[in-house]
Amino acid sequence: MSFEAISNFVAAILTLFIFSFLYKDNPFYKFAEALFIGVSMGYAIPLVYENAFMPFVYTPIFVEHKFIIIIPALMGSLYIFRFTKNLSWLSRYPIVFGMAIVGMGVPMSIHSSVLVQMRSAMLPMDNINTIIIFIGTVTILLYFFFSKAHRGFYGKVTNVGVWFLMVGFGASFGYTVMARISLLIGRIQFLVGDWLGLIK
Amino acid sequence: MKRQIPLIIVICMGFLFAAHTFIPHKVSADFYTWWQSWSKAISPFAVFLGVMSLFMVHSTKISRKLPNWQFSVITLAALVFTSFSGFMWGTMEGTPFMWLFKNVQMPMGATMFSLLAFHIASAAYKAFRARSPEATVLLVAAIIVMLGQVPLGTQISEWIPETSKWILNVPNLAAKRAIALGVGLGMTATSLKILLGIERTYLGGGE
Repeated sequence: MSFEAISNFVAAILTLFIFSFLYKDNPFYKFAEALFIGVSMGYAIPLVYENAFMPFVYTPIFVEHKFIIIIPALMGSLYIFRFTKNLSWLSRYPIVFGMAIVGMGVPMSIHSSVLVQMRSAMLPMDNINTIIIFIGTVTILLYFFFSKAHRGFYGKVTNVGVWFLMVGFGASFGYTVMARISLLIGRIQFLVGDWLGLIK
Repeated sequence: MKRQIPLIIVICMGFLFAAHTFIPHKVSADFYTWWQSWSKAISPFAVFLGVMSLFMVHSTKISRKLPNWQFSVITLAALVFTSFSGFMWGTMEGTPFMWLFKNVQMPMGATMFSLLAFHIASAAYKAFRARSPEATVLLVAAIIVMLGQVPLGTQISEWIPETSKWILNVPNLAAKRAIALGVGLGMTATSLKILLGIERTYLGGGE
C-alpha cells in the first residue's frame, strides 16, 4: 500500500465517519467531530505563530530592536488573566485597545453601507426594473420600521416588502444549496474516484 | 476604576479615529500607523484565549469523567499533536503538519459543510409543507435560480436562465440593498453606542 493510498484511506474513513451522522448521532461521528476540533485548533496555533507572532512581535523586538513593541506584547499577554477570578479586569486592556477602531467604523459604515447604497438606489426611473428595485427597497425598509403597527394601508405596503424579501432569501437559499451540493459532489468524487478508483 | 479606565481609553481613542477619517492630517496618520503596529503585536496573544478555553472545557470534562469524556481526550491529543508537528517539522508542503491538513482537517471540513445540503433539503421540504404563499415564493425563486445556473435549466426552457438573471438583478437586488442599508444603520448605531460608552458588554462581567 503506497503512502498516497494510506493518506486517501484515512481521508475516506474520516469522510464516512462524518457522513454517518445522516443516519443518527453515533460514536464514529463523535470521534471525527472531536478530532476535527482538535486538529483545526492545532492547525491555527503554528500559523498564528508564523504569520502574526514572528513578524509583528519577535522580529521587531529581537531583530529590529524596536523595544517599544515589548509594551503591546505585555499588553497582549494580559489576555491570560481572562480566566482568573481576581485579575480578569486586566484582560480588558488588550480588548479595548482593539475596540478603539469603532471610532473609524462610524463614518466608514455610514459611507460604505448607507451612502453608497443610497447613491446606487437613486437612479432615473426610466424603465420598469428600476421602478421595481425602488419599490422593493422602500417597502422592505418600511417593513423593518417597527415603530408603527403594520396595519391597514401601511400593513399592505410592508407586505409587499415581505414578498421582495422572500424572493431575495430564495435566491440566497438557491446559491447556498448549490454551494453545499458542489461540496457534496466533491466528497463523493473523492470517495468513488480517488479512494475506490471506480471513476477515472 | 477597573471598568472606567478601559472605557475612557475606548472613548478617547475612538473619537481620535473618527476625527482621523475626516481630517487625515500627518499627526493622525502617524497615530493610526502606531495603533496598527501595536494592534498587530497584541493580536497573536488572543490565540491564548481560544486554546486555554478549549483546554479548560475539555480537561474539566476528563477530570470529572462527564459523559463522552473520551472524545475530549481525542480533541486535546489532536490539538497537541497538530500544533507540535507544526512547530517541530514546519508548516511547508510535505511536512506531517500539511499531511494532517490535507488528509484530516480539509476532508472533514468539506464533508461537515456538505452535510448541510441534506439539512437544507429537509428545511425546504418543511417550508413546502407549510404551504404559505411566502414560502412558495421563496422556493420558486430558489428553484429558478438553481436551474438558471446549470445546463439542465437551459434544456428545460430558454426562459429559465433569463428569469434567474432577472430575479438576481431586480427583486434580489432590492432585497439585498434594503438589508445592506439596515445593516449599515445598525453598525453605525452599535459603533456609536460603544463610542459613547452606552454599550459596555465587551468589557465582560465583574468589577
